[in-house]
Amino acid sequence: MTKVRSLADLKKLKEEVQSKIKLREKGDHPENLIQIKVSMATCGIASGAKETMNFMIEELDHQGIDALVTQTGCMGFCYAEPTIELTMPGKQPVIYGYVDKQKAQEIIDRHIKMNELVDGIIPVNYKTIDD
Amino acid sequence: MNELALHLLDIAQNSIRANAQLISILIKEAPNEDQLIFKVDDDGHGMTSEQLEKATNPFYTTQTTRKVGLGLPLLKYNAELTGGSFMLHSETNKGTHLQATFGFHHIDRPFLGDIAGTLLILASNEKQSELIYTHQSPKGEFLFDTREIKQELDGIPLTTPEVRKFLMEMIQGNLEQIQISE
Repeated sequence: MTKVRSLADLKKLKEEVQSKIKLREKGDHPENLIQIKVSMATCGIASGAKETMNFMIEELDHQGIDALVTQTGCMGFCYAEPTIELTMPGKQPVIYGYVDKQKAQEIIDRHIKMNELVDGIIPVNYKTIDD
Repeated sequence: MNELALHLLDIAQNSIRANAQLISILIKEAPNEDQLIFKVDDDGHGMTSEQLEKATNPFYTTQTTRKVGLGLPLLKYNAELTGGSFMLHSETNKGTHLQATFGFHHIDRPFLGDIAGTLLILASNEKQSELIYTHQSPKGEFLFDTREIKQELDGIPLTTPEVRKFLMEMIQGNLEQIQISE
């Protein structure tokens, strides 16, 4: 059985990580980073937004792509959850609907890495019937 | 939602949206009393008595992006379904206290789920709300305080992959030792 980690172990880790972080810091201004917001209100959570978010964090880390993945509230596209908003540096944000693991993989492989738009974009001017 | 962790993720976001400085979360497993207690206390801007009255109505929400608010009603329903209870107290500018009690051995009780993943998502919230998570069971107690962690990290973001992985293992390891149900 592995030892349960404690705050003391965190101290050791901090020293290791600190030097690595300094190297990365150059491009650390939010506008130079790929930003991904995962909609995570009741609707998103119930549709599996948590799995999508964890998958994206792990996959981006695995592929060595520096990106900021955060959670956000409901964007109002409850019918298309899980929804994500992807902002490439210097570009307008794009909203994708129905993002399961497979879609997330496609977005990472094609949009983030090759800068191609992928199917499943929710247009910015979309409004509900009542509006 | 069939995981308590998902309810937690959902409910705690209400506290974050209420600009809470500190959110205290308690999960207490008490199989001998046939209870699973889930408590969330925050010091956010609270609700008026009128809002409080409507909070568990699925067709009431303070959000403008949609017309339903299902977080609290779903939790209440799930708690009452298992022979438990649901309580919500709130005062404007003081904060909100929520307690849901589930029947521990009831077949429909949600299992605990991925508490570690949920805590990590909540801990790196954009409003910098701090989190104290307490897990109690007859086997012991585990405390996770983001203020302690942030002090230790001294400015390194919680979202750094190495830190994330470490915290995940830390929470999971500690919970494994005391957690009774899945």
